[in-house]
Amino acid sequence: MTNRTTVLVVLAAASVGMTACRRQPVAPAPAPAPVASNTNAQARADSIAAAQRRADSLAAARAAEARDAAARAQAAQGELSSILAARVYFDYDRDALRDDAMATLDQKAAVLQANPAVTLTITGHTDERGSDEYNLALGQRRAAQVKRYLVSKGIDGARLNTQSMGESQPAVQGSDEGAFQQNRRAEFEARNAGTLVRPGA
Amino acid sequence: MHFARSPIVARLAIAAFVLLVPSALRAQDTTMRGVRIGLTYDPSGKPGVVVLPVAGVGGDSIAAIVARDLDFGDRINVITLDAASASAAARASIPNWALLAKLGAAAAVQVTPAPGRLHVAIYNVSTRQTARIHDYAVPPMAQARDWRAAVHAMSDDIEMALTGVRGIARTRVLFERGRRLWLVDSDGEQLTALSTLDGPSSSAWSPDGQRIVYNTYVPSQIVVQPLGGRPRAVASGSGVYISPVFTPDGSSVVFAHGVDEGVDLYSVPADGGTPRRLSVGRGSDNVSPSFSPDGRRIAFMSGRAGHPEIYTMDSDGTNADLLTPLDVGESAYRASPDWSPDGRQVAFQSRIAGTFQVLTVSLRDRGLKQLTSDGSNEDPSWAPDGRHLVFVSSRGGTRQLWVLDAESGRTRQLTRGAPVRLPAWSPRLAGE
Repeated sequence: MTNRTTVLVVLAAASVGMTACRRQPVAPAPAPAPVASNTNAQARADSIAAAQRRADSLAAARAAEARDAAARAQAAQGELSSILAARVYFDYDRDALRDDAMATLDQKAAVLQANPAVTLTITGHTDERGSDEYNLALGQRRAAQVKRYLVSKGIDGARLNTQSMGESQPAVQGSDEGAFQQNRRAEFEARNAGTLVRPGA
Repeated sequence: MHFARSPIVARLAIAAFVLLVPSALRAQDTTMRGVRIGLTYDPSGKPGVVVLPVAGVGGDSIAAIVARDLDFGDRINVITLDAASASAAARASIPNWALLAKLGAAAAVQVTPAPGRLHVAIYNVSTRQTARIHDYAVPPMAQARDWRAAVHAMSDDIEMALTGVRGIARTRVLFERGRRLWLVDSDGEQLTALSTLDGPSSSAWSPDGQRIVYNTYVPSQIVVQPLGGRPRAVASGSGVYISPVFTPDGSSVVFAHGVDEGVDLYSVPADGGTPRRLSVGRGSDNVSPSFSPDGRRIAFMSGRAGHPEIYTMDSDGTNADLLTPLDVGESAYRASPDWSPDGRQVAFQSRIAGTFQVLTVSLRDRGLKQLTSDGSNEDPSWAPDGRHLVFVSSRGGTRQLWVLDAESGRTRQLTRGAPVRLPAWSPRLAGE
């Protein structure tokens, strides 16, 4: 009986050593227990300590796993948010969607399909050339063109608000074509986008 | 025109008419029963006028303001006195006729401050007679804004007496700077920020100069606001609500609005109501309305032909017609029309060699006249005299307001500092 208990303790200790978190040193196998009156008490204490170590290491593993999952989820949310926020760009005095704009909007449409509570405000902007007032109209036309495209991809128009800032809020300062191109854009602001579901998930 | 009943003035007016029949006939449309003094004295056709030194507290300021106002009116050649002449003129108890004649002056203006008023005498140098005497009530000088306004109004009346045409000194220009609306007097003084709803833009005056109308982007709305009063949204909703103007009778506001199918012009009562659509743009952009003075036609810009051009239409939206000669080509871009107060022409901006310039188009023969060439020049707005324009120009480095005399080509800078946008010249304003 005594020997069997000792063997079990040893086995338990060994199994703790094998399954314990890698960061913890493997507990040295206890020396053959002398047959003495305090052997049982010692074995119990060892057992309790080993179980505690095992519980701690499991909790740490679970926490690390949760941290990794949270980071993965956050990265996924960030990626989905970026897709929703990605700007689309236009040619001078045009509201037609270029190929790169349509590719960006296709990704947005997929995220919007997967997240039916999300609404988008689409804001059209222009470069500084042209009349201030006409540019407000042009910015609105760009926002409307983006909305039309998303609606054509199956998004409910009621989820898409359009507005224009004309030339009043340039993305970058400057009076060269590089700056102009950056400023001829539509921007997107998502609402109810706290927890986004990945398309196809 | 009560002063025209004065025997002296009437006699002078007759004398001027007899001496200057061709000029008087040419100027018939604008010549009132004022005193056209000395048109023959100056080869440029502008009468030479001396503003005599003004004695008393603030005298220098009064003389400087009046001289500058008359100068900015561009109808008078203001003769500056050198120090010796000024002191000689100041010493004389009666006009120093010989000195004035030597300076080439056709007339002289003498302002004498009195409690609560300014006493003004206008002298005809050729006849050596007092042509006109008039008193103007003025507030205390400490009330700088009102005092200056009263002096400007006096200048305009003096210009009326001298040339037959009222001046435009007592006007203001409304404009946008740094997401606020500002007022500046016609001489560039008394710059004042207005208290409005957040993010005002594209402002315009009511015909009586008592109210303004503007739009905000967020929320998207048209706002009518009495100067010094409370703002009131008269139209709002999704999409854009932009470029509002009052109708010439002040009863309604016409503005551009669109959501998903282009931008069109709408009309709404100035105290609010249901907007009524005017233009039929079929998905194109139609913005920047400007009324003919009789209120029957509206000039506006439209992209309906593929690029922005200036059109006119009846005030109910019918009979739309291209105003600017069709300029086919990728770079054609005409914008920002403003109908002149005399109804004869429309000022606008057109892209020329990559930048914008201010032009006028005649309503009679569609003839174009380019008025600017220095830097980029945009957003013209007529002064109530139908001769001066304020516009945004980059010629000084940053976008500032400049004033142009469309007849002589003379320009002056009105604002300095941070960049500005979208000026609107007021009508002639009443005293404060």
